[in-house]
Amino acid sequence: MIRIVLAEWRKLRRPTLFLGTIGAALFFTGLTSTFLYLMIDSSQGNSDRGRQVSRDVLQLAGGSVYGFASVGGLLGIIALCVFAAQTAQEYTYGTLRNLLVRQPGRVRLLFGKLIAMKIFALIMIAISAIVSIGISYYLSDRAKVSTDLWFTSDGFHEIGKTLLNVTISVVYFGIIGMVLGLLLRSPISAISIGVLWILIIENLLGAVKPVFLKWMPGNQLSTIAQGGSPDISYSHALTLGTAYVLLGAVIATILFSRRDVSN
Amino acid sequence: MAISARDLSKKYESGFAVSHANFDVPLGTICGFVGPNGAGKTTTIRMLLGLISPTGGTAEILGESITHPEKYLSRVGAMIEGPAFYPALTGEENLKVLATLGGFPIERVAELITTVGLEGRGGSKYKTYSLGMKQRLGIAAALLPQPKILVLDEPTNGLDPEGIQEVRDLLKKLASEGTTVFVSSHLLSELELISEYIVMLRKGEVVFAGPIQDLFLMQQPFILVKTDSQSDLQKIIEIAQADGHKATIRSEVAHIEGPAEWAGTLNKKAFEAGILITQLSPQMPNLEETFFEMTGDKK
Repeated sequence: MIRIVLAEWRKLRRPTLFLGTIGAALFFTGLTSTFLYLMIDSSQGNSDRGRQVSRDVLQLAGGSVYGFASVGGLLGIIALCVFAAQTAQEYTYGTLRNLLVRQPGRVRLLFGKLIAMKIFALIMIAISAIVSIGISYYLSDRAKVSTDLWFTSDGFHEIGKTLLNVTISVVYFGIIGMVLGLLLRSPISAISIGVLWILIIENLLGAVKPVFLKWMPGNQLSTIAQGGSPDISYSHALTLGTAYVLLGAVIATILFSRRDVSN
Repeated sequence: MAISARDLSKKYESGFAVSHANFDVPLGTICGFVGPNGAGKTTTIRMLLGLISPTGGTAEILGESITHPEKYLSRVGAMIEGPAFYPALTGEENLKVLATLGGFPIERVAELITTVGLEGRGGSKYKTYSLGMKQRLGIAAALLPQPKILVLDEPTNGLDPEGIQEVRDLLKKLASEGTTVFVSSHLLSELELISEYIVMLRKGEVVFAGPIQDLFLMQQPFILVKTDSQSDLQKIIEIAQADGHKATIRSEVAHIEGPAEWAGTLNKKAFEAGILITQLSPQMPNLEETFFEMTGDKK
C-alpha cells in the first residue's frame, strides 16, 4: 500500500498542481477571513449568503476558526476538483493500464490513491487553517473583536473540533470527486458536473424549496465543516453526508474492480 | 511455456473480439503477434495482462492463470496500445512513478533512460516528446521489472529506421538473455527478421500459431520470371500451366507457383521455345505475403 501512496504522491507534488491548489485554497481562505472582519459593520453582511456574524460571536472561544469553518465548503470543492481530476485523468491519458499492470490489486490501488490524496488535502487544510487564524488574529484589533477567549483551553478545543470537521468535510468532498472521476472517466465531465451540482443546482433547488437543502449532499458536507447550521444539525449532516459518501464509494469501488480497462 | 492460451475468448454484444484462441509461446523466444486491424490482438494482450476479463477459455502466463494477474505481473513488462504517460511529468518522473508503484529500484530509471536512447531528455516533460521518444519511454517502462516476459504492442510506431534497428537489436539481446518477447507489429518485415514464433489472428481467430519456419513450409514457393516481351511472358504462363503450375502475370512479371528446382526445367523449356528470359528468380513467400494469404486480406 505504501508504494501506491508514494507513487501517487509523485504526481500530486508537482509544483503546478501543488502550488496551484494551495494558492486557490489560500485565496478563498484569505478572502473569507478578511471579509468576516473588514465587513463586520456592513449592512450587506460579512459571511456567506449575506449573513451577519456579530462581534459577540467572533469573540467566543471558537471565533478564531469561524472564518476557517466558513471556507470549509470551498476547500471541499477544491478537493473535489483535485480528486476527480487525478482519478479521471488515468482514463483519459490511458495511464490506468500502466498502473494496473504494475499493481493489479484494483481496490488496493484505489485506496492507495485515496490515502495519497487525503494527505494532499490535509496539507491544504493545515495551511489554510494557519492562514485563516493568522488573518483573523491580525484583523481582530482593527475590527474591535476581543481575542481573550481564542487561545484558552476552550479555544484550542474549538480549533481542534473545527479542524476535524473541516477535514471530514473536505475528505468527503474529495471522495465524491473521486467517485465522479471513476464513473465519468473524464476530468472535465467529473469536475463540471460536481461543481455545477454543488454550487448551482443545489442552490437553485434550495431557492425553490428550502427544505430540499436538508437532503442535498453538497449542503450536508458544507454543514459538517461549519459544525452544523441554524437549519441543519451537525449530526443530521454527518449521518446523511456519510451515507451519501459511503454509497458512492461502494458503487464506484465495485465498478472499478470489475470494469474492463479498455482505453 | 511463457504464454499458453486455451479457447481464450472475449465476446461483446457486437460479437466475438477473440474467439477460442489457442496458442503457446515457449520461454525465451521472440514471438510475433500479427493480424489485421480489429483482429483482436490488443484484446488478447489486455486479457493476458488482466486488464479485461475473458468471457470464455483460459490462459496461463509463466504457469499462472490470468485470473490471478498479481501472481505473474511483477515478472511481466508491457506496453499496450502505445505509450501512455502523464504529460506534465518528465520522462524520468513518469518512470519513477511506475518504479515506485512496482517496487523496482529507482536507480534503474536512469539506466533505462540510457538503454532506450533518451539520455539528456529524461528531464524534459513528456508532453514535449516526439512520437519516437514517447515510444522509447514506453519501452523503458516495460523494461522496469527486468521482465521474464515482455509484451509490446506496436513498439516501433513512430520510430525512424535507426530507432527501429535499435529496438530490433534490443529485443534480440533480451531474448538472448532469456526474456520471452511477445510483440505485435504491423511492420511484418521487421517481425520476420526477429521472430522465431508467430501467432496470427484473423477476425478474432488464430489462423496460425507456431514456429515461423513451419508457417513458411505451409506456403507455396514461387518463381518470378521476366521476359523481353509481353507475348513471351504469355508463352511462359502457358508452359507453366502445361506442367500443372498455377501462373499469373502481375505487373509484367510472371508469378508461377512451384519449387525452386523447377526453375531449371522452365529455363530449358523457354530456351527450346525461343523465349529470352531476362530474369528468373525462385522465391519463398515472406511473412507479409504469407500474412495476406492466410488472413485473406488484399495486399
